[in-house]
Amino acid sequence: MSLCLRVCTAASCRSRGGEDLRQALAAVAGSSTVVKGVGCLGPCSEGPLLELETASGVGHPERQLFGNLPASDPAALAALARSLRACAENPKAPAPWQPPAGQALDLNHPFFRLQRRLVLKHCGRIDPESITEALAAGIYQQLQRVLEANDPAAVIELVRRSGLRGRGGAGYPTGLKWATVAKMPGHEKVVVCNADEGDPGAFMDRTVLEGDPHTLLEGMAIAAHAVGASRGFIYVRAEYPLAIARLRQAIHQAEQQGWLGTAIAGSRFNFEIALRVGAGAYVCGEETALIQSIEGKRGMPRPRPPYPAEQGVFGLPTLINNVETFANVPALLRLGVEAYGGGTKVFSLTGDVLRTGVIEVPMGTNLRTIVETMGGGAPQGRTIKAVQTGGPSGGCVPAQQLDTPVTYESLQALGTIMGSGGMVVMDDTTNMVDIARFFMAFSREESCGKCVPCRAGTVQLDNLLCRILERRANPADLEQLESLCVMVMDTSLCGLGQSAPKPVLSTLRHFRGDYLAMLSPEATP
Amino acid sequence: MSVCTLRIDERDVAIEAGSTLLQAAREAGIAIPTLCVLEGLSPVAACRLCLVEVSGSEKLLPACITPVQEGMQVHTATPRLQEIRRTVIELLFTEGNHVCAICVANGHCELQDLAVEVGMDHSRLPYRFPDRHVDLSHPLFGLDHNRCVLCTRCVRVCDEVEGAHVWDVGWRGEHCRIIAGLDEPWGAVDACTHCGKCVEVCPTGALFHKGDTSEEKHSDPGRLQALVHARHHRQWTP
Ligand SMILES: Cc1cc2nc3c(=O)[nH]c(=O)nc-3n(C[C@H](O)[C@H](O)[C@H](O)COP(=O)(O)O)c2cc1C
Ligand code: SF4
Ligand code: FES
Repeated sequence: MSLCLRVCTAASCRSRGGEDLRQALAAVAGSSTVVKGVGCLGPCSEGPLLELETASGVGHPERQLFGNLPASDPAALAALARSLRACAENPKAPAPWQPPAGQALDLNHPFFRLQRRLVLKHCGRIDPESITEALAAGIYQQLQRVLEANDPAAVIELVRRSGLRGRGGAGYPTGLKWATVAKMPGHEKVVVCNADEGDPGAFMDRTVLEGDPHTLLEGMAIAAHAVGASRGFIYVRAEYPLAIARLRQAIHQAEQQGWLGTAIAGSRFNFEIALRVGAGAYVCGEETALIQSIEGKRGMPRPRPPYPAEQGVFGLPTLINNVETFANVPALLRLGVEAYGGGTKVFSLTGDVLRTGVIEVPMGTNLRTIVETMGGGAPQGRTIKAVQTGGPSGGCVPAQQLDTPVTYESLQALGTIMGSGGMVVMDDTTNMVDIARFFMAFSREESCGKCVPCRAGTVQLDNLLCRILERRANPADLEQLESLCVMVMDTSLCGLGQSAPKPVLSTLRHFRGDYLAMLSPEATP
Repeated sequence: MSVCTLRIDERDVAIEAGSTLLQAAREAGIAIPTLCVLEGLSPVAACRLCLVEVSGSEKLLPACITPVQEGMQVHTATPRLQEIRRTVIELLFTEGNHVCAICVANGHCELQDLAVEVGMDHSRLPYRFPDRHVDLSHPLFGLDHNRCVLCTRCVRVCDEVEGAHVWDVGWRGEHCRIIAGLDEPWGAVDACTHCGKCVEVCPTGALFHKGDTSEEKHSDPGRLQALVHARHHRQWTP
């Protein structure tokens, strides 16, 4: 019987010993057994994770997933390896293998069953360090098709008709953005991938970068061909060392094999990608600041217009999209608009839920389905109070509204945003003033300091929230909090300041009681 | 030359296309409070005092960089804008240490004038009393960070007009401060030509001549504009 062992070596499992597990299991590898490190397998809370695929030669290969495997105990690891070797040497029909330690995870659980994996199709399946596996999985085939057809306008039209919207937070229509950059005059244009992912609790882009970097490169190359760009940049945050290493390697491999560089796949299309590593500033995810940072300047936003499509990196027309936006493109081209349908959204599910991790669900899935059915709901004896989306630019959806479908419009109607995909579940022990203050402290710290309302306003707002938390505030302070929130939102220069008050306004809207309960005892009548 | 006509505060204005709303308002004799902008330097739209309402736009637009458009309807002094401007000034006063009575710029300070203009007789927000320093290392000039409003005029004038780029902004958010060289004492930065342009354009008493005492600093941004104009048009005699 032949075995394929996939060990998750992405950041979360790695921090739980995934790499040690892979090395211990490498000893099992033999003629009929393959052991490989792969990207995120999904349920991070159960890591380190191992997927076992058994093929007996008849019927489909069978997949089993195991979690909470031993990683640091040499004896337990040796027992695990022995057991797997025995399984591999068993010539009989596949019988479910039972690990001596750890537990089997049911792949029919809604956590897996309700997912639709377009962006993450290859993530957790292929070895992200091997371009051979990427090519075998069909990556770069869409680029090849696009280059053969050589009809950029048709690609842009397809993206436009699909209704794909940017996954970086603002949800701008991707087809329209591509068309704008394509129409800009000039021979030299630039494509930038925003991989700065800085929202607390968000790790969707990291999952793609660590688990399937070649799909991102393919998406960027298709975009570059469509808009007429020959230079590309990936701006990735320094806090993602593994993603950086894998991107470096993937770019190098793609250059070696002729999928990046000059005359790609025998065509007349040239495209090179350079990596830029951030230096820890959240605001550098904002597109105009990101451009400054790529140019080697202080990462500070500037007013738009001019938009990057007109004046971007080194003054050239520039297309900026998020990692997940680019990673959608190969799937969209493969499936066509009909089969692609409404597309998907990748979420990183964290906080007070039983199962946390990275999931990809059809656009429009109910929040309740994600949080309760897939994530298993709040821990024993507690109930869900709210779900936070959109990080420091977003807000909270209260438990009563969990039947909301996840779409750009429905979340906006509730006073929050889709954001980039961070989803933090909070149970009934959570004080919402605490949450609002957490995000305000974050924005205060990350403000670039250029414009007055954000630089000084976030400090005053943070101080006001602290006053409330210390039970020293009176109703007038609450009023001041609200009006200053509106002022900072209306007057700040960039998206950071404009949305920094949102977590406060959202919690004031849905959980005003939490604020009133914390007013100074002397102040309440 | 093409001309745009627009309406600002119920007044019809005709102005050269490509002008900003601020220029159009000034042409029509309408005063919009400003701080960071200074004719002759590139605009940064950072102080947000000049925000105005434009019919058909949900967002408030900074008059200092927004180009005029044919048929625009602009409102520069609605109660909402007045409230915003007062709050901006309060935010500026509370984030630094501004003690007018002992300041070199008392009576000739743009921040002080703005406070009067927007009617800020007291701050509704608490003062923060930050711990800031004074740099007296330069032989001719001083920099008192307590009075700095981070308008970055000094950074821009030194870079764009003098070409020395002595100044920059260091750190971020509330920790931002103007730095000389690589965050060195001003006097230790060789690039400084001692021209004094930064002192001249500083709207407050943050940058000053060492000999000056209270109320003695008189800046004249007009001199900068004359210089920039002369260079641009190669016209050195008036
Ligand atoms: C403060 C701030 C931080 C941002 N951080 C990110 C980020 O980390 N990743 C990202 O893709 N977009 C981020 N954005 C949004 C970008 O400015 C930009 O809209 C996005 O990269 C466009 O790509 P998309 O159209 O594919 O979404 C941020 C915006 C702001 C205002
Ligand atoms: S809103 Fe904040 S982050 Fe954006 S430019 Fe202003 S100070 Fe900088
Ligand atoms: S003068 Fe326009 S923003 Fe400062």
